[in-house]
Amino acid sequence: MRAPGGPGMRRRRRAAAVALQALALGAVVVGLGVLVVLLFDVLRDGAGTLTWTFLDSFPSRRWQQAGFKAAIFGSVYLLVLVAVISFPLGVGAAVYLEEYARRSAMTRFVEINIANLAAVPSIVYGLLGLGVFVRTLGLGRSLLAGALTMSLLILPVIITAAREAIRAVPASIREGAYALGASRWQVVRHHVLPMALPGILTGTILALSRAIGETAPLIAIGALTYVAFVPESVFDPFTAMPIQIYNWVSRPQQGFHAIAASGILVLLVVMLGFNALAIVLRARMQRRSQW
Amino acid sequence: MMSEAQAAQSAAEVPSGLAALSTEGLNVWYGTSHAIQDVSLTFPERSITAIIGPSGCGKSTLLRCLNRMNDFIPGVRITGRVAYRGEDIYAPDVDPVELRRSIGMIFQKPNPFPKSIYENIAFGLRINGYRGDLLPRVERSLRQAALWDEVRDRLRDSALALSGGQQQRLCIARALAIEPDILLMDEPCSALDPTATARIEDLITELKASYTIVIVTHNMQQAARVSDYTAFMLNGRLIEFGPTERIFTRPADERTEAYITGRFG
Repeated sequence: MRAPGGPGMRRRRRAAAVALQALALGAVVVGLGVLVVLLFDVLRDGAGTLTWTFLDSFPSRRWQQAGFKAAIFGSVYLLVLVAVISFPLGVGAAVYLEEYARRSAMTRFVEINIANLAAVPSIVYGLLGLGVFVRTLGLGRSLLAGALTMSLLILPVIITAAREAIRAVPASIREGAYALGASRWQVVRHHVLPMALPGILTGTILALSRAIGETAPLIAIGALTYVAFVPESVFDPFTAMPIQIYNWVSRPQQGFHAIAASGILVLLVVMLGFNALAIVLRARMQRRSQW
Repeated sequence: MMSEAQAAQSAAEVPSGLAALSTEGLNVWYGTSHAIQDVSLTFPERSITAIIGPSGCGKSTLLRCLNRMNDFIPGVRITGRVAYRGEDIYAPDVDPVELRRSIGMIFQKPNPFPKSIYENIAFGLRINGYRGDLLPRVERSLRQAALWDEVRDRLRDSALALSGGQQQRLCIARALAIEPDILLMDEPCSALDPTATARIEDLITELKASYTIVIVTHNMQQAARVSDYTAFMLNGRLIEFGPTERIFTRPADERTEAYITGRFG
């Protein structure tokens, strides 16, 4: 039976389909194209100065001698601390909310607020960190203060990712375990968490890769921009890669802009590395848990 | 509703003093829906009781009350008494975790853990305090479930690689390993093919010697084949209960007769 409307309508429908396809393709081209152009630009500016000496030296007032070492170490230490603080807190909160808390107005309130917190601009976290960790708790502009601030920043993201992963564990598995006389904690520890782990890890790694690139909160708590040492303890001052890059870009000399581009390349490599790690880990764990 | 005479008749057909499990005036509400209405039933020791009835009559709900699995459903309200060996399982001082070690459950869709065959059974053993070398116990429960010969060489393989019927037998082995008193089975064969169904029905008949079994089934022929006693439910109420032979040949209630002869269901 032929649809009413005749050949004119068929032609119009076809034209609409083609137009939509072209639009979608165009969006991909534009999006990817911009990224490729940016990448090219950074590579062109920074590849020349990306040397081993650059990676191994401390900053200097002369761009030819300035290096990224303090920033790299600072970022890595910061990241390790943030992971150690935020992972147990985030997973613990997610387990409590999903497995133990009963649905009530209170838990709904908490849920809404966690979603809101994930959307709060990072500078606000920086100011919070400044007030609470740097001043009130007297930690000063230390690695610890920075790590605590960044942990707060990514905690809502980890909690949300962990909750999704935990919720994805089928009810049939839980029921099977309960029916054998398992307590709630035994079900969580032996079945829910192992099955949710790929999702939790992926979410955590992605949250950490975001943390490594955040600049505003670290500036707010006062991460130094001229650090000519590697932090020895968590109470030492520090700098981080985005801070260092920001500092160099603000200088007038062209040479500093070049090494800023090199710094950006290092940061990009680290972030891409993290994301690749998340993908690989997820694929391997999914293969294992599906067996 | 059963008349006084019918109730007396049913009660008399159950040897007194040998009830492993019983309910008295059990009512269950899911929110405002009155799912189980005033059900009083006894499940005799070392026998198989089948609960039959059309979809939605409350059979599974009733079964889940017997090991407090309904506790997990938010908004559920349960009144009345469920007695396990004389003790009310809904009393405030009863620990449902302990209870479920004595009353095991097999589910409609086989739900083995995504672990190895060995681990599936070892988990239940470990959390229930069995220590030492678990392999002999694992082997024994797999033999009880008539699965040992098929998996003896691949205990470390994934349980998910087994066929549906094998998975269900694994779930039975898993439940048997912790030496329960009573086994509750919620339509254990409905997701399986006829061959697997037949094997599991044979298994259930063998298990009767050591366990009290309550099986919910929508398959009347299965109930007639396998069970000693049958309870017929409709719209949340217990209509009739008695020895299977009598229920299927001389049902006292006309609704029972209508269901059994296939006039509805």
